Amino acid sequence: MKPMKDIKHHLTNSLLMGYAAGTLPEAFNLVVATHISLCDECRAQLAEFEAVGGEVMMRTDAMAMNADALDIALAALTDSPEEVQIKAERAGIFPTPLADYVGGDVEAVRWRRVGGGVKQMILPTDSGATVRLLHIPAGASVPDHGHRGLELTLVLQGAFKDETDRFGTGDIEVANEELDHTPVAEDGLDCICLAATDAPLKFNSFLPRLAQPFVKI
Amino acid sequence: MLNLVDTRADNVAIPMHVRAMRQPLANRKSKEKRVVNENNGRMAWVAEVNAIREHQDKQAFARLFSHFAPRVKGFLVRGGAAPDQAEEIAQDVMATMWRKAHLFDPARASVSTWIFTIARNRQIDIIRRARRPEPEDLPWGPEAEPDQEEQVALQQDTERLGKAIAELPDKQRELVEKAYFGELTHAQIAEETGLPLGTIKSRIRLALDRLRHAMR
Repeated sequence: MKPMKDIKHHLTNSLLMGYAAGTLPEAFNLVVATHISLCDECRAQLAEFEAVGGEVMMRTDAMAMNADALDIALAALTDSPEEVQIKAERAGIFPTPLADYVGGDVEAVRWRRVGGGVKQMILPTDSGATVRLLHIPAGASVPDHGHRGLELTLVLQGAFKDETDRFGTGDIEVANEELDHTPVAEDGLDCICLAATDAPLKFNSFLPRLAQPFVKI
Repeated sequence: MLNLVDTRADNVAIPMHVRAMRQPLANRKSKEKRVVNENNGRMAWVAEVNAIREHQDKQAFARLFSHFAPRVKGFLVRGGAAPDQAEEIAQDVMATMWRKAHLFDPARASVSTWIFTIARNRQIDIIRRARRPEPEDLPWGPEAEPDQEEQVALQQDTERLGKAIAELPDKQRELVEKAYFGELTHAQIAEETGLPLGTIKSRIRLALDRLRHAMR
């Protein structure tokens, strides 16, 4: 997949460090990996945080291996190292990590309606956080909501605007509990996003609140 | 016969009297000794990985093993693994390094960085039992000429980063270390670490731009 040229909203340092350290919940890992697939700026920044990890590892007190460890390792070496696998470049709008979870590109998504023309598909992950694909018709809005924890929203098609800025394809919005917002999809293409959160959203009006247990937002 | 003694960092040309001067200090502070050794050793480690890739050099493997396996093990134990499990994973990490030597790119990572990423992935699989989606691979381009200067620059930048970590105020350094030992949640990781970040990123960014251009 070709990297996007005009990404304006990137991952935060703490998310990149958490991803480099391998301590994020799976749902966040998926959003981070999908954004990095599209963004060379964050791919390079991740490499820097991995270098920090390497240096931390080298500073940690070493612990002697068992006496026969090297013999065991040498005996297990295969003669021919692995072949390089050449992978075809992906078409479509889902980078590989996301396509792996969905089982294909956008046509493979099993959408469920959640009201207001908005559709979603929750992707299976472990319990630390949840992640879903959202389909918002052009011009439509996601109900006004706040967050108890952290919400990551990555745009895969189209664009949305909220009280803070405009988010185009490839951009990621990192929203914490201070942000109450009403994302509105721009006219033109329907907006498709990948959104992860580590706490349930808080809707500010009565109806979506009533629907919340049913749509599992 | 394999030379199993880890002499790598010290057999780079250093005048005898300099080595002698270094010794007493090294005895007092083992971590500082490690930093001094790394200084001379990074391109030598790159050469060892190249030797594995190019002619399956088992002596090179043995030297990498002697140096890195105990550090991987120590890191995993510090992160909460049982010593037996850490030993097993360290073995696995070294075997992976052998198999994937052709994927190592010294213009984009130091050997310590690369081994860290292998160790982290095994740790997530085996200890944290979590699934970790990885970014899409970079397209495999036409073989680019390995640019020695770029490699040396990246290795030096990583060296500087290592020193910067060592020189952080204790409290800040401990926070960075805790993040990598898995003791902080993402919400607890500070946005500002006090690390002089940016040089490695810029260098890798340029390398990626060149790679993308070559693919067109």
